[in-house]
Amino acid sequence: MTSQLQRNFVEMTSRMTKNEALEEANRCLYCYDAPCITACPTSIPIPNFIKKIASGNMKGSAMTIMEANPIGASCARVCPTEELCEGACVLNSSTKPIKIGHLQRYATDWAMESDVELFKKGQTNGQKVAIIGAGPAGLSAARELSRFGYSVTIFEAEAKAGGLGSYGIVSFRLPNDVVDWEVAQVVKLGVDIKTNTTVGVDISAEEILAQYDSVILAVGMGAVPNLGINGEELAGVHDAIEFVKHTKMGALTEDLVGKRVAVIGAGNTAIDGATCAVRLGAEQVDILYRRTEKEMTAYQFEYEFAKQDGIGFKWLTAPKQIIGDEAGKVVGLECVKMQLGKAGADGRQRPEVIKGSEFVIEVDAVIKAIGQTRFVSLIEGFGLQHTNGVVDIDETTMQTSNDKVFACGDVVFGNGQGEAMVVTAAQQGKDAAYVIHERLRKPSEIA
Amino acid sequence: MADLRIDLAGIKSPNPFWLASAPPTNSGYQVQRAFEAGWGGAVWKTLGEPILNVSSRFAAVSFNGQRVAGFNNIELITDRPLEVNLQEIIETKKKFPNHAIIASLMVEPQQEKWHEIVKKVEAVGVDGLELNFGCPHGMAERGMGAASGQVPELVEKQTHWVKEVARTPVIVKLTPNITDITMTAEAAVRGGADAVSMINTINSLAGVDLDSWNTVPHVGGKGSHGGYCGPAVKPIALNMVAECARNTFVNVPISGIGGISNWQDAAEFMLMGATGVQVCTAAMHHGFSIVEDMIDGLNNYLDEKGIASVMDLVGQSVQRYSNWGDLDLNYKVVAEINNDVCINCNKCHIACEDTSHQCIDLYTESGRPMLKVREQDCVGCNLCSIVCPVDGAISMVERKSTIAPMTWNERQSLISSFAR
Repeated sequence: MTSQLQRNFVEMTSRMTKNEALEEANRCLYCYDAPCITACPTSIPIPNFIKKIASGNMKGSAMTIMEANPIGASCARVCPTEELCEGACVLNSSTKPIKIGHLQRYATDWAMESDVELFKKGQTNGQKVAIIGAGPAGLSAARELSRFGYSVTIFEAEAKAGGLGSYGIVSFRLPNDVVDWEVAQVVKLGVDIKTNTTVGVDISAEEILAQYDSVILAVGMGAVPNLGINGEELAGVHDAIEFVKHTKMGALTEDLVGKRVAVIGAGNTAIDGATCAVRLGAEQVDILYRRTEKEMTAYQFEYEFAKQDGIGFKWLTAPKQIIGDEAGKVVGLECVKMQLGKAGADGRQRPEVIKGSEFVIEVDAVIKAIGQTRFVSLIEGFGLQHTNGVVDIDETTMQTSNDKVFACGDVVFGNGQGEAMVVTAAQQGKDAAYVIHERLRKPSEIA
Repeated sequence: MADLRIDLAGIKSPNPFWLASAPPTNSGYQVQRAFEAGWGGAVWKTLGEPILNVSSRFAAVSFNGQRVAGFNNIELITDRPLEVNLQEIIETKKKFPNHAIIASLMVEPQQEKWHEIVKKVEAVGVDGLELNFGCPHGMAERGMGAASGQVPELVEKQTHWVKEVARTPVIVKLTPNITDITMTAEAAVRGGADAVSMINTINSLAGVDLDSWNTVPHVGGKGSHGGYCGPAVKPIALNMVAECARNTFVNVPISGIGGISNWQDAAEFMLMGATGVQVCTAAMHHGFSIVEDMIDGLNNYLDEKGIASVMDLVGQSVQRYSNWGDLDLNYKVVAEINNDVCINCNKCHIACEDTSHQCIDLYTESGRPMLKVREQDCVGCNLCSIVCPVDGAISMVERKSTIAPMTWNERQSLISSFAR
């Protein structure tokens, strides 16, 4: 059974064969001022890397991708390409778009397997930068700063670097070895990643501010907040982020085999939780959402994927209380039907309870996926201004209210906009690095 | 149903599609399979003194993933005994009496050798002879093939020797490895040739292996030049056919060869003066069955055009092929972009901007990217319409000139008349 579960978590899509890649690469028109580049948050010169696959210049192709996007191997797998590069491909208007994500994976897989050195550390410039968080934004900032010659230290609370890639994105989309390789690329450039180091516990914000010339805050987001209903303490109630994280850490358990699972929320994390539950052997998995299909924040392809996995969707349904047995285990979920009322501040219609519509469904587990909490105390530890836990920044410079502290990734993304894309976080990390470097360079140029 | 039968200098075949003298016509087994598939004729792989072949022999050029854009070989003429070939020709002719079998021949440039082989092959009932003065590799080092074909006097003399004894029509196959093919075509006609065929293969080296640094192909680490054919050579062959067709001294039928892969290519060669065509590379790439669409497509084309016989196509475009000095300097076309069809790849813009006349502007109209040709700067070069990946997005449209047509030759003679 365990080996079957493990197979369930193996990467779903297979790599293009050489012939497939060449055929697809040759189909690329090599547009001038190509819209796919504009659509990519990291501006990968896509036609260039594709032509390099076609010409057999695999190192050049991988370099082109990784130069623009330090986590280009992850993004090849997790980017919503139909909303980005592939959605912008001009061939949408004539035949079918180029499979840019698959080609990007083909090129970066080559780099992973051939283990070539893609980038070198820059000549030391004597400047020290601390980065809080080793996720997509932090790693990208570190990679660029190290190439510029900065001495970079990343403080990471988890046991492994990689952030969302290592802990938050389901294995069957993004296997750990991909993220491990990207982290290794950054470590090879001399970046010191201090894992198991929580800022505010193992080292204080003041110490960091005192010891480093610049600081980048890239801590992402925290746990799923409480639903605020009875029964959340029961055994069998999970935080979706933690739930997915356990599947990424290799220890797949058989607890859910044959069980009924309810997932609360309908964002991409909810889908992750639901599809993981299916792969852990759950017999029935339902996503409960207090609004409708139209308002759900999950990507369309994630929604399709969930439906293919046999996941049920119960729209206009909100949890009222989780019911446990004498042993303190989940046995049911009391729900209430909703209806959409007037639009709220965010422009979306607010769900309202339909009185007397309560009903109970029998479930063995509940997965909560209603967003994520913010690291407010950490942000305040650095003395930074924020709005509901989203750090306030100057969007052109990524600069916070403290001019030596920059912030990027999920920690600045926010308030009603759902979650940031991995690829956007990577670009923000690059941007923060460029601003820090620019600031160092400018006075010397004047001098 | 149009009449696809052709008569090339007295050689009749049920359709214009012959297999060229090459590996596909090496044996009776192959030629019979070809006739069963529908090929109208076959030029039997060149007969002569049997030779020895090497391994490997072929190479091809891929372009952007398209295999066999061009094909290169260093195989020589038949390596099977003459008697075996002759026996198989008899058997094949018996099974397919209405199909054309032409014997390709190559011997040393001696009168008695030509007399001897011509008599032997005509005795088995071939419909015609094709003199191989074109093979560029191997045999040429022994004074045969292209070595003969590059010297007009040798072409004329050997053709003459053949004609001294031949009773069937004689086709002289010409090499393109020469500055002006009409020189050797005229020599063949002077020697008495009933027809000419062209082109044989072009001297070529297919490539160099970037890992081993060996030639492609190589024989135990060594290579030598081969003969190039396939789709890539079609424009070269078509020009040579056309130049011969419009040359009044080359007043014999032409059998067109060179990169013909489908009925459209065949129709183009026939419009440019070929009475029939010979095919090799396309069959080597896909097998004999490709002739089915060649026949079917040509038939439908002729029906659609209301043409009763394929012979009515022959030479229809020849009078449109001329000297540059006879082209109208005042004729003008310009590019026109249909933004409703355009997919905005901007290839036309960058091609024009970087490599032509900088007359395609990018702009946006209510947020939508658009392209426009500045007509006053457009020279009508066609480049934009060539690189455009979408049919109908760019048209080259005629702009009526306000001045009367005038060619360069007319202009020069007018100027010189003023000087007088």
